[in-house]
Amino acid sequence: MTTPRATFLGMPPFPTAARAALADTQLRSNLAHATGTIRAKRAAVMGELADWEGLRQQAARIKDETLAQLDTHLLDLEAALTTRGARVHWAPDAAAACAIVAQIAQGHGIREIVKVKSMATQEIQLNEALAACGIRAWESDLAELIVQLGDDLPSHILVPAIHRNRSEIREIFRTRMAAAGRPAPEDLTDDPAALAGAARLHLREKFLATRMAVSGANFAVAESGTLVVVESEGNGRMCLTLPEILVSVVGIEKVVPTWADLDAFLTLLPRSATGERMNPYTSMWSGITPGDGPQEVHVVLLDNGRTRALADRFARQALRCIRCSACLNVCPVYERVGGHAYGSVYPGPIGAIINPLLKGVGTDTATDALPYASTLCGACADVCPVAIDIPGILVHLRAAGVDAHRGNQPPSAEGLAMRAAAWGLADATRLARGERVSSLVGRLPGGRGMPGGRRALSWLPWPGSRWTQARDLPVPPAESFRAWWRRVGRHEESS
Amino acid sequence: MSTCLGDAMFPDAVRATVRLLRRLGVRVDVPEGQTCCGQPMVNTGYLDEAVPLVRNVITAFAGYDHIVVPSGSCAGSVRHQHALVAARSGDAALAAAVARTAPRTLELSEFLIDVLGVIDVGASFPHRVTYHPTCHSLRMLRVGDRPTRLLAAVRGIDLVPLPGAQECCGFGGTFAVKNSETSVAMGSDKAAQVRSTGAEVLVAGDNSCLMHIGGLLSRQRAGIRTMHLAEVLAATDEDPGGGSS
Repeated sequence: MTTPRATFLGMPPFPTAARAALADTQLRSNLAHATGTIRAKRAAVMGELADWEGLRQQAARIKDETLAQLDTHLLDLEAALTTRGARVHWAPDAAAACAIVAQIAQGHGIREIVKVKSMATQEIQLNEALAACGIRAWESDLAELIVQLGDDLPSHILVPAIHRNRSEIREIFRTRMAAAGRPAPEDLTDDPAALAGAARLHLREKFLATRMAVSGANFAVAESGTLVVVESEGNGRMCLTLPEILVSVVGIEKVVPTWADLDAFLTLLPRSATGERMNPYTSMWSGITPGDGPQEVHVVLLDNGRTRALADRFARQALRCIRCSACLNVCPVYERVGGHAYGSVYPGPIGAIINPLLKGVGTDTATDALPYASTLCGACADVCPVAIDIPGILVHLRAAGVDAHRGNQPPSAEGLAMRAAAWGLADATRLARGERVSSLVGRLPGGRGMPGGRRALSWLPWPGSRWTQARDLPVPPAESFRAWWRRVGRHEESS
Repeated sequence: MSTCLGDAMFPDAVRATVRLLRRLGVRVDVPEGQTCCGQPMVNTGYLDEAVPLVRNVITAFAGYDHIVVPSGSCAGSVRHQHALVAARSGDAALAAAVARTAPRTLELSEFLIDVLGVIDVGASFPHRVTYHPTCHSLRMLRVGDRPTRLLAAVRGIDLVPLPGAQECCGFGGTFAVKNSETSVAMGSDKAAQVRSTGAEVLVAGDNSCLMHIGGLLSRQRAGIRTMHLAEVLAATDEDPGGGSS
């Protein structure tokens, strides 16, 4: 098997990557179908809740209060975990977290591990780091398995193989499964049940043969040191119970103080994510239970930019995120381009804010392009189960990006254009002067007729070509409103 | 508020707004000192550049009872973004002035229904029409069904629902050029939905979105024209265009 090219580093900025994705008609069709279906399911089950707005405000409040005293809650979590036999590790960044997991495996002479679907371990690129140490990490979530076997990248937080169709999946299983373990049956069809059956047999051998599992956690309850994993397939339950050693990599924002606090989230998460009232498997464990399940339990508490995000008093609300993907499914930009164009394991609207917040603004062009990967239509904020003001944070991060480059020499073309526009628009006399010039253009002959009779331009030189390559532009009117108002409008009377 | 785009590119829509309001007995002035609300700068991240524009809005519109805007996004900018710009300027007097101006600023359909209390504005428009509820009207201002209630009361109109109406058209200000391919992909899907209705006219409350969808429809030779909500509401048997000069 080839080494997965899971690093997103070096991917082009969003506009370029999006252009390539838009040309993939299979992707467009898959995304429109999948996001449309899940949007409808989500809307239906949310409609059942008596007070969904109240519930999401409650969830937001719990997260905000927890984040405001994160240090205390994390120490409580550590204490409770330690009391129950777990070993807690603190990882300031991805490299530290990967090293901790690798050392645990190497300490036991382990060369293979199984994984529960986990965004945190993808964020830190754990599989690649372990591979560099000679340890093979096997994904056990069906879609993650498809992505891993296909030497591919995830394109959605919840359904990472959303860009693949079933005949592609059959091909991946037929050609790649054997190198990873039990091969796919010779007569494998693209029937979904047959594909799931092949994955089940392949994975079952891994669950039984592997001594160590790595997971993330959806929530970590501080009062009892309990980690929570919410899943649909049962593969997670296998990983969390069968191996001898369990290592969980948990972002520090996953902590909730009490079991009572969990209530709102366990109602909101499945409904927001898959459009189900309740997810099929919810696993909870608190350290070690003697004689039952893993007898060595580690928890790696991961920062990796979270305290940087926390320092931003307005945008820290992004750390409320429970990774449900409702914002992806409702986003018209995501629906057209898919997840790869965002160049991160966190795509879509949440990716457009969380990546710059974790990595910092003003350091690399790909990250700085993400807050602009949105029309600010606001659909994401309307469905967010923890009420993150995503459009507000997008504008906030755009401003941070602009500010980071203020004073650059030479200034950017956009910066100059914005300054010139602001100067021309700051004073009505200047604007009127500009309109007199544009109305002269409007009096020139030429242009083609638009429906309704107005004339239009179909071609402009760059950068106007960015508009006219697919859209006509009305020719400026021969008289601006301002000129008409002075000539006629202000003298007309109310009827 | 004529809006910079309405003033420079879509005078018919602003003219229609003035005539409609006058027909309903409103004393209308269009302050000549006004320019632009600053939304293009704010949404692109240039907050400092927007400060003089916000100041200019405050100065130009001082002393009026209501500020009526034939644009959901410009009204949204005044109501929801000017405070951000004022806070950035560090000028407490500006922040206070913004706080006084924002609540007086209403999108056209809000003013007609909430202030004037009219649904039937006395318009006549015997055409097949579909309506696109623009994102900032819908999700920033929450105008709800006000525009379609006004349209439904127009004499002779054949108002047909637009499938996927609440989905963004892909304009998005500088998004339309920064991410032009994605913008066009979204707009093409919107245009296809518009075409599926068999409507002759696409109506919306924002000239910017209409410029984008209309530009695509024109390029596709779809034979569907775009009109601002104000133009339809201003249309009468005597002045079928609503905003002709």
